[in-house]
Amino acid sequence: MTATLAPTLPLGKALNAGLRRAMEDDPKVVLLGEDIGKLGGVFRITDGLQKDFGPNRVIDTPLAESGIIGTAVGLAFRGYRPVVEIQFDGFIYPAFDQIVSQVAKLHYRTGGNVKMPITIRVPYGGGIGAVEHHSESPEGYFAQTAGLRVVSCSNAADANVMLRQAIASDDPVLFFEPKRRYWQKGEVDVARPIDDAYPLHKARVVREGTDATIIAYGPLVVTALQAADVAAGEGRSIEVIDLRSLSPLDMDTIATSVRKTGRLVITHEAATFMGIGAEIAARVQDQCFYSLEAPVQRVGGFSTPYPAAKVEEFFLPDADRILDAVDRTFPA
Amino acid sequence: MDTAISRTSDDDLIQIVTPEGKRTEPSEYSRTVEDITIDKLRDLYEDLVVVRRIDAEATALQRQGELGLWAPLLGQEAAQVGSARALHADDFVFGSYREHGVAYCRGVDPTEMLRFWRGSTQSGWNPYEYNMTTPAIIVGAQALHATGYGLGMKFDGAEGAVITYFGDGATSQGDISEAFGFAASFGAPVVFFCQNNQWAISEPVTLQTHITIAERGRGFGVPSLRVDGNDVLAVLAATRTALARAREGSGPTLIEAVTYRMGPHTTSDDPTRYRPAALDDEWKQKDPIDRIERLLDAEGAMDAAFRARVKDRADHTAAELRRGCLGTVEPTAMSLFDNVYADPHPLIAEERDAYATYLAGFEGVQS
Ligand SMILES: Cc1ncc(C[n+]2csc(CCOP(=O)(O)OP(=O)(O)O)c2C)c(N)n1
Repeated sequence: MTATLAPTLPLGKALNAGLRRAMEDDPKVVLLGEDIGKLGGVFRITDGLQKDFGPNRVIDTPLAESGIIGTAVGLAFRGYRPVVEIQFDGFIYPAFDQIVSQVAKLHYRTGGNVKMPITIRVPYGGGIGAVEHHSESPEGYFAQTAGLRVVSCSNAADANVMLRQAIASDDPVLFFEPKRRYWQKGEVDVARPIDDAYPLHKARVVREGTDATIIAYGPLVVTALQAADVAAGEGRSIEVIDLRSLSPLDMDTIATSVRKTGRLVITHEAATFMGIGAEIAARVQDQCFYSLEAPVQRVGGFSTPYPAAKVEEFFLPDADRILDAVDRTFPA
Repeated sequence: MDTAISRTSDDDLIQIVTPEGKRTEPSEYSRTVEDITIDKLRDLYEDLVVVRRIDAEATALQRQGELGLWAPLLGQEAAQVGSARALHADDFVFGSYREHGVAYCRGVDPTEMLRFWRGSTQSGWNPYEYNMTTPAIIVGAQALHATGYGLGMKFDGAEGAVITYFGDGATSQGDISEAFGFAASFGAPVVFFCQNNQWAISEPVTLQTHITIAERGRGFGVPSLRVDGNDVLAVLAATRTALARAREGSGPTLIEAVTYRMGPHTTSDDPTRYRPAALDDEWKQKDPIDRIERLLDAEGAMDAAFRARVKDRADHTAAELRRGCLGTVEPTAMSLFDNVYADPHPLIAEERDAYATYLAGFEGVQS
């Protein structure tokens, strides 16, 4: 076997390469969204694809999110594998009904006869100084819905392969893209096959450590790694887990880490209240009760609407807030 | 605001058979059903009677506690049979929840329809076996699915077309407007079939719209027909016309079938709270079955042998349906976890195993 070239690509371009590859591999893969054709999407994730695959494979739709998802449902009924782009996180709500009532439930409702292999790509999260409705983290709503898989990538290599895995999945996948990391570069093996790759539902230990575990996903993985770096300077060895999949949750990887370190901090940009972190905390106390040295800590968004850009730095979890939570797991 | 007064006249309705059972003047529409000989008209009549009988039997089963709910179609038989009999086998149907008559014409076993309302299954049948979806409760959502399916058919260069059914109330949903817009923009081979039965539970159609539903379609660039929904031949003609347009690549058509829901919205509803009895009486004069009976009678085609044939068929279907309903084998507790995902999902496996262990714990306790 010859090693494939692994060029350095920004996360956004890695997604573009993933889409291109998925479309080459399977003629049933079609893209739908607003401005994804000539413009290549507002973040250029579909750049050049309409030119190469034509307007029947890269479809500029009217401006109606429920319409986009509902049309994708019909295409899936017909045997297509639609990949939908929701332009920004805050615009997914008009499509909420089609996603949770139709996309999520049709396999169940039809006794397994109708598959919904729809991938819904959502540029999400804050940190780019956007106006309102452009910085939201709605992943928790979807993780609570049976029938959906919910994932978020944090780096270019994962972005490429996870997107191809999501498209290949026979289940609907909400694919949350950390928009503020679109320009973050990493090595990407665009020729890597997806069948023997790291499975979509697995979390990954991205930094090994022994004193405490930090769980993050999407945009905050980089932040968690920064916190771990700082902690290392202070003599604390922090393990960092990139969750990758929010539904299902890879509890094996989580529990193994917590049993080793005895301390856990979970961080996400979505509100802490009723969030992904709450679910993980509950499961960890159930499965790792006797390994825990301290209560599980959560660092998330406040229970406020996403704030104006000038104050978002106070809203978003940063390395300091995460380190503060780590400190709380070490009672004086 | 008086919403009970209709602001539209019905002068524009396509009609081929009047309520008195007389044929109207020949028209471009009546020519599309010239192949419907008296024999074929008798078949349509039989369909109407059998469908009404299925509905009556299911309503009775609900009253006897065998079904949790039923959405009767009394009065809408012609709209459903006329449109469904225009379809080819490879056309695809995206229905709502009242299309028992359409499902019957597609060959779905009435027992399978009932099991959904009994609460024994969510699926009823395999959509791909009959090219018809199982019931959709969220009003209007299925119009978008039809549009997407139609788009897929167009990409595939397929022969067929798609038809989707919804009510007058559903036309107020954004999904219906979005479906009109998408289908028109993409030229999707879709027939939007609105059964305007005048009521959305207690709300009259005039609360949903002050123009006709057909006019709403036209506003989206979707050519629209208004048809007497109680005239099975007119509905057949209109649907054939719309399907032909779809098949030749001319895009979507909206059909507003003006009909009337003669019974309650569902078996839980009480229409006497909101509907004047005079209106019911008025519509009884336009009954879809009576008018075909009058026409066949005038043509000398309502002989005793034919009446017996129709009665036998209706009785037989009703008996089968009752037997099937009462003989339903109910699903097991563990079936809860089936088909949530297409691929294995650890959370489902975990919850299924834990629940199985929990249930197994009762075995020793019983007896
Ligand atoms: C989105 C949504 N809202 C409300 C309901 C509750 N509901 C069920 S049927 C119905 C009336 C629908 O009327 P119409 O579309 O005219 O169809 P019909 O029942 O008369 O055939 C309502 C409000 C629903 N099923 N879906």
